[in-house]
Amino acid sequence: MLVLGGVGVVALGFVLRFNPLLVVVAAALATGLAAGLSPLRVLDAFGHAFNEARYVSVVYLVLPVIGLLEARGLQARARSLVAGLRGLTPGRLLTGYLLFRQLTAALGLTSIAGHPQTVRPLVAPMAEAADAGHDPEGARAMAAATDNIGLFFGEDIFLAIGSILLMKGVLDGLGIHLEPFQLSVWAIPSAVAAFLIHGGRLWLRDRRRRSK
Amino acid sequence: MIGLGAVYLAAGATFAAFAILGLGRRRWPNALFHALIALSFLAGDRLGDRGNGLLALALAAIAASGRMRGPRPAPEAGPQAPAPRLFALALVVPLTAVAGTLAFKALPALVDPKQATLVALALGAVLALLLGCLVLRASPIEPMRAGAGLADAVGWAIVLPQMLASLGAVFALAGVGAAVGGLMGGLIPADSVLGAAVAYGLGMALFTIVMGNAFAAFPVMAVAVGVPLLVGRYGADPAPVAAVGMLAGFCGTLLTPMAANFNLVPAALLELRDRYGVIRAQAPTALLMLLFNIVLLWWVAR
Repeated sequence: MLVLGGVGVVALGFVLRFNPLLVVVAAALATGLAAGLSPLRVLDAFGHAFNEARYVSVVYLVLPVIGLLEARGLQARARSLVAGLRGLTPGRLLTGYLLFRQLTAALGLTSIAGHPQTVRPLVAPMAEAADAGHDPEGARAMAAATDNIGLFFGEDIFLAIGSILLMKGVLDGLGIHLEPFQLSVWAIPSAVAAFLIHGGRLWLRDRRRRSK
Repeated sequence: MIGLGAVYLAAGATFAAFAILGLGRRRWPNALFHALIALSFLAGDRLGDRGNGLLALALAAIAASGRMRGPRPAPEAGPQAPAPRLFALALVVPLTAVAGTLAFKALPALVDPKQATLVALALGAVLALLLGCLVLRASPIEPMRAGAGLADAVGWAIVLPQMLASLGAVFALAGVGAAVGGLMGGLIPADSVLGAAVAYGLGMALFTIVMGNAFAAFPVMAVAVGVPLLVGRYGADPAPVAAVGMLAGFCGTLLTPMAANFNLVPAALLELRDRYGVIRAQAPTALLMLLFNIVLLWWVAR
């Protein structure tokens, strides 16, 4: 139970808004010491995992081209495209994006969109423009949230995604043998529910916006 | 064979360019931070575990010093380009990423099939950069300067996902998973179908909130609660128990700052004042979806 101290360090650190990188290092040290590891052993394990996890940071390769396109007016063009479409509310725009993200993720096309590639240069400025000054921060945050929700509740319908393979592996280990298709088909009810729930919230947000 | 090596080379060169531009602008802490990331990409395999650990500590120290500076005041805008050209260029990255992923899986001799997605994404970024410079008549320094500006806007959060993945590895080494699993098994009453469904679904979400990743939660919760109780005692079909349990975990991912690449990095990228603005925006959906998934688990097991 002592090893859960590291979890406490993380929770406390995030709540007190210390720098998260510092919180992570402190939590790793606390957890390792609680488990009886020496500080150097913890440092080695942390360093090894840090090197193995470099693939997480590869996505920042898109920053230069996104920066170039923004410097040449991409965000402004995305905004004026939306401003030209009368009747386009943030809710309608993001509901369309939610459906697009869920359907493409269900086909395995998870890398077709993402926060640096599409949300920052295109979806967020479009949502902000459609919001017409009502709550710019809220519109941008909702654009990012919609991307996450569409991805999470779409990708598991695809057979060859990592989480399906992980489930199959764990169940195989317990002597339960299933085909990936049997697992992926059970992601469909939640995908439909996510579309209805999040789409409903977007519709309500539009209604609140109009009534102000 | 093209694999992670080439991808890391490109990423390392990009961060090295950010570092050099940071030096030119006398932003020493930012330059050092980006130089260390470049070093990790270019030479991480030669630094050894301890070297990489010290590198990660140095990154945390620079971030905690509070001396990294945010984005510069609006970068000097170049000549504005026509909309169709900009949109077409913006689509090069996602289209190459998708086409490349599909094509590379068919060319296992050319590209490591396990890394097809990352290679395709990197190729898309490089291709879009080259096309962008050609079509928009930009010198190569302009995108690097603009990219460095975006990297400054994200700040230290740029390595947070990688740091959290490393913390996850230390958690695994120390047996945090087993401890949380035991705690969940004991805390929540599992003597009814509903109790077992709640214990499993809520356990997946809470465990994911702690670890930042449903993949870490699933093996523990499936072995501790899902399979023995829902499948074993109450005779539920194992397919929905696994699939819906995983999705209950995803609800946790939407709620936790530990899943930094989905929740904190976008807040920085979109320059939100509230670091937790994205989590706040998705929390109601996540909680309602968690409820839906628990009810679905109960329904398949009842």
